[in-house]
Amino acid sequence: MERITTDICIVGAGPVGLFAVFEAGLLKMRCHVVDALAAVGGQLTEIYPKKPIYDIPGFPEVMAGDLVKNLEQQIDPFHPTFTLGERVEDLEKQEDGSFIVTTVAGTEIACKVVVIAGGLGSFEPRKPAIENLEKYENNGVTYMVRDPETFRDKRVVISGGGDSALDWTIYLAAICKELTLVHRGTMFRGAPESAAKVMSMAEEGQIKLILKSNVSELHGENELEAVTVLVDNEAPYQIEADYFIPLFGLVPKLGPLENWGLDLEKSAIVVNTFDYSTNIPGIYAIGDINTYPGKLKLILCGFHEAALMAQSAYNIVYPDKKFVLKYTTVNGIQELT
Amino acid sequence: MKDTITIYVAQENGERIALEAPTDMGLSVMEVLKANEYDIQALCGGMAICATCHVEVLESEALPEQSDDEAYMLESLPHATQQSRLSCQLRVNEELDGIVLRIMPEA
Repeated sequence: MERITTDICIVGAGPVGLFAVFEAGLLKMRCHVVDALAAVGGQLTEIYPKKPIYDIPGFPEVMAGDLVKNLEQQIDPFHPTFTLGERVEDLEKQEDGSFIVTTVAGTEIACKVVVIAGGLGSFEPRKPAIENLEKYENNGVTYMVRDPETFRDKRVVISGGGDSALDWTIYLAAICKELTLVHRGTMFRGAPESAAKVMSMAEEGQIKLILKSNVSELHGENELEAVTVLVDNEAPYQIEADYFIPLFGLVPKLGPLENWGLDLEKSAIVVNTFDYSTNIPGIYAIGDINTYPGKLKLILCGFHEAALMAQSAYNIVYPDKKFVLKYTTVNGIQELT
Repeated sequence: MKDTITIYVAQENGERIALEAPTDMGLSVMEVLKANEYDIQALCGGMAICATCHVEVLESEALPEQSDDEAYMLESLPHATQQSRLSCQLRVNEELDGIVLRIMPEA
């Protein structure tokens, strides 16, 4: 298990998280950045790397991916360290006021200040509205296929119509005892070759395909035993099943951050606009993840928030020193060694 | 050219609330709903990636075609209907005048 010690742990490697490294670095504070995604840049890298952005001051037009590259270059003198591909999980406040942030993989980051720059949050499986769904989680209901062997010789019901539903149907059909794919629509919009394959597998009887239908109820004493399928214009009926795998894509969620004791409002973290501090001393929230009267979800606003956060965090990292605003035009960039 | 249109939001009790929306500001229906303080998250801000602005269109004239991104997102929603749309992908223009929609709960 890895243990990292730093001044500031930044949760989220999007543009605002990266720029926070710069603002902290100017004040000689070291940063470690954690992100659930495998690459830096957040949404800019993941969702719209080729889209131009027009409201970054000084750039009449900049490609999202290029903005990320520029930010990486800008923070390079401060030698930030990164844990990528690991979502943060737990936060523990120490007696001396410092924190230990733990990732899902068990990496521990000991820090004096935590800055949450989590954007939309992390992407988690979208759950269908079925009454007792939670009861069967880990007892037959699973939202992703981690180890296909789990399903060997089992009766599996998959629900969904996207690529992952198609792909796992094709893959698991060879392993399961019985596989049923339940889809709300009459056709699939996923990759045409996967859709065609699923259709032909259904015709050949390798899988059971139920269109224009939904899984509406789950049954079983403790573990899942059957699901009810609600078919358009027909009486609902039950299918016996050991596993139900709803595959309805991903939706951004705050995730484990919800349990950190932060003041929240509609899935956003409430901050004080004086310094973008949260209700927990030593924890700040900047960028799209925070909320305050007049909040605008703009990258440039996140940059501003990062600057104000850094001067406040300075008082925690260096309690005996007085903060003095320094201009980069006067002092240049002092590399952190 | 009309410079405002009316969008009706159907409430649970069947009542329809009329919202006036300007056509010259490049707004989406999602933005109109947010501006009128409807409780929709619209987390992603209009990129058709979160589906937290999902509406069902109850009455309308011809609507613009769904983009691939929108169609794909709607396809993946467990509780979408044939009339489902992402309100962030509906531009406020004259063709939308009189549209009646219902805000869909999050899955």
